[in-house]
Amino acid sequence: MTLVLDKVSKVVGRQTHIHPTSLELQNGTMNVLLGPTLSGKTSLMRLMAGLDKPSAGRILWNGADVTGQRVQDRAVAMVYQQFINYPSMSVYDNIASPLRLMGKGAAEIDAAVKKTADLMKLTPMLGRRPLELSGGQQQRCALARALVKNAGLVLLDEPLANLDYKLREELRVEIPKIFEEAGSIFVYATTEPEEALLLGGNTATLWEGRVTQFDRTPDVYRKPVDATTARVFSDPPMNFLPISKTGNRLLFGDGQSVAAAGALNELSDGRYLAGFRPNHVEVKQHTPEAMKFVATLNVTEITGSETFIHLDHHGETWVGLIHGVHDLALGAPLEVWLDPSHVYIFAEDGSLVVPAAYAMAA
Amino acid sequence: MSDAVMTRAPARSLPRIKGSAVVMTAYIVFLLLPIYWLLNMSLKTNQEILSTFSLWPQEFTLANYLTILTDSSWYMGYVNSLIYVVINTVISITVALPAAYAFSRYSFMGDKHLFFWLLTNRMAPPAVFALPFFQLYSSVGLFDTHIAVALAHCLFNVPLAVWILEGFMRGVPKEIDETAYIDGYSFGRFFTRIFMPLIASGIGVTAFFCFMFSWVELLLSRTLTSVNAKPIAATMTRTVSASGMDWGVLAAAGILTIVPGALVIYFVRNYIAKGFALGRV
Repeated sequence: MTLVLDKVSKVVGRQTHIHPTSLELQNGTMNVLLGPTLSGKTSLMRLMAGLDKPSAGRILWNGADVTGQRVQDRAVAMVYQQFINYPSMSVYDNIASPLRLMGKGAAEIDAAVKKTADLMKLTPMLGRRPLELSGGQQQRCALARALVKNAGLVLLDEPLANLDYKLREELRVEIPKIFEEAGSIFVYATTEPEEALLLGGNTATLWEGRVTQFDRTPDVYRKPVDATTARVFSDPPMNFLPISKTGNRLLFGDGQSVAAAGALNELSDGRYLAGFRPNHVEVKQHTPEAMKFVATLNVTEITGSETFIHLDHHGETWVGLIHGVHDLALGAPLEVWLDPSHVYIFAEDGSLVVPAAYAMAA
Repeated sequence: MSDAVMTRAPARSLPRIKGSAVVMTAYIVFLLLPIYWLLNMSLKTNQEILSTFSLWPQEFTLANYLTILTDSSWYMGYVNSLIYVVINTVISITVALPAAYAFSRYSFMGDKHLFFWLLTNRMAPPAVFALPFFQLYSSVGLFDTHIAVALAHCLFNVPLAVWILEGFMRGVPKEIDETAYIDGYSFGRFFTRIFMPLIASGIGVTAFFCFMFSWVELLLSRTLTSVNAKPIAATMTRTVSASGMDWGVLAAAGILTIVPGALVIYFVRNYIAKGFALGRV
């Protein structure tokens, strides 16, 4: 089974919600749509589900064109960020409702509902109404309803975003396991890079209604095709530094320069955009090759075991994530170190020139 | 905490008059006085009503009620009123449900203007419509039928019903509709099985307001009926002019007219609070 989006686009009024997008999703895969709010994740999902009609392009399901088909006739299931259940029915009836509509036999329905409820740890709550349950249980109920249908395409639109931290971690571990068994195409929208990495599978990064990259999740993370993808798939976002290379020096800002090291030394002369992830910033020289930058420290956020440092480097805002708790003077210049093997080099138009050496090795 | 209770305990044993209690009591007395007086009158004989001033019936009698419940010219008034009120409520809700759904879920050209325009129907006094309705219904043979009054009241009740129901429907997330469609519900099935139970309290509140308006409205119902569909309110006013003042029977009729409204309000009181919270009642 495959779901193919063929140059699908969505235009509402004068706004383009989805620019022409082509994607091919394979059976039994987890596909993460990763992008910030308003990047078009939900719009794309609604097109996949058939809730909205694309303005142009076709949607193929197993090779058959399903573009204009009613959502009732499509084999899809969807879970929303809000906990959507039928409040007037019991949990049992909620889970059973899609099966009843398919006209399944009572015994079959009963078996399927009990199995799914067991999987979702809802067995003790089957007789209750959804609104009597906790948020996590309500969302489990919604997930159970999506699963029990055995639909070929299951769409999860930030299903864990409204849950508290603990429940989220718990469900996040369970979801891939459950879905592996089901063997459908899963599409999971999230704003969090971390969630995408934990879920694995494939990731499509979205930015302003465009899919910037679609590949295996670790590959997207390690080898983002452009600066936008790198920015989306990094939390906090990737830091950037415009550089120009002449000889073996990297020039940036107002005449500052460092000696180019590692792969950076092999670049041909010209102007580039260097990118590095916040967790690769260090406050002391950690490798012999590390390059030193002097930036102004604006804010520090201490999360307990880690410190986020917000830096200003000649007008560029950088964020660094440092292990341990550091008490640093605000407003003062701070020396930060960066190993050249952690630096991605993008062309001025944003496309990737050289991925970071560490990512290639991994 | 316990200290505070200890020190307050002796103060409570003193006879102290709370200002709020006085105000409340006075308010309730003023509110209930006319109703009590009506009840008082309905249990007295005409002679006692006219001759003496008594705070409660000296010669307790149920004869007034008996008159109403045995004389068909009286009790048919209630039956007629109930028939057209129920017809009107059913029509109003049946028509308003899909309309309110459309207003709450779709945006179409001029939807906001239309929604407001619906309400303007309620801004004109019923008297304005008495003449056209009378002429229209007389010419098509609907005069003096229950459906005539029910339809005439729809002019006021349908907009109100749409307005109230739309508020309740807006509170139901659109995702529930979509989830139902994804699960395979057709629109009709979704609407009756899932959506209507969700807004059951809204339907209850709407039914109440339709009932109330139709039950108390006098002018149109009197204009559009003569004998067969004569409402109770008309019966009461005509009795005054026809056979002098039968005070006791009139008072009993008044009490019986309050009862249905009081019953309905008792059952929907909690939902009405919810309706107020939604800002639509």
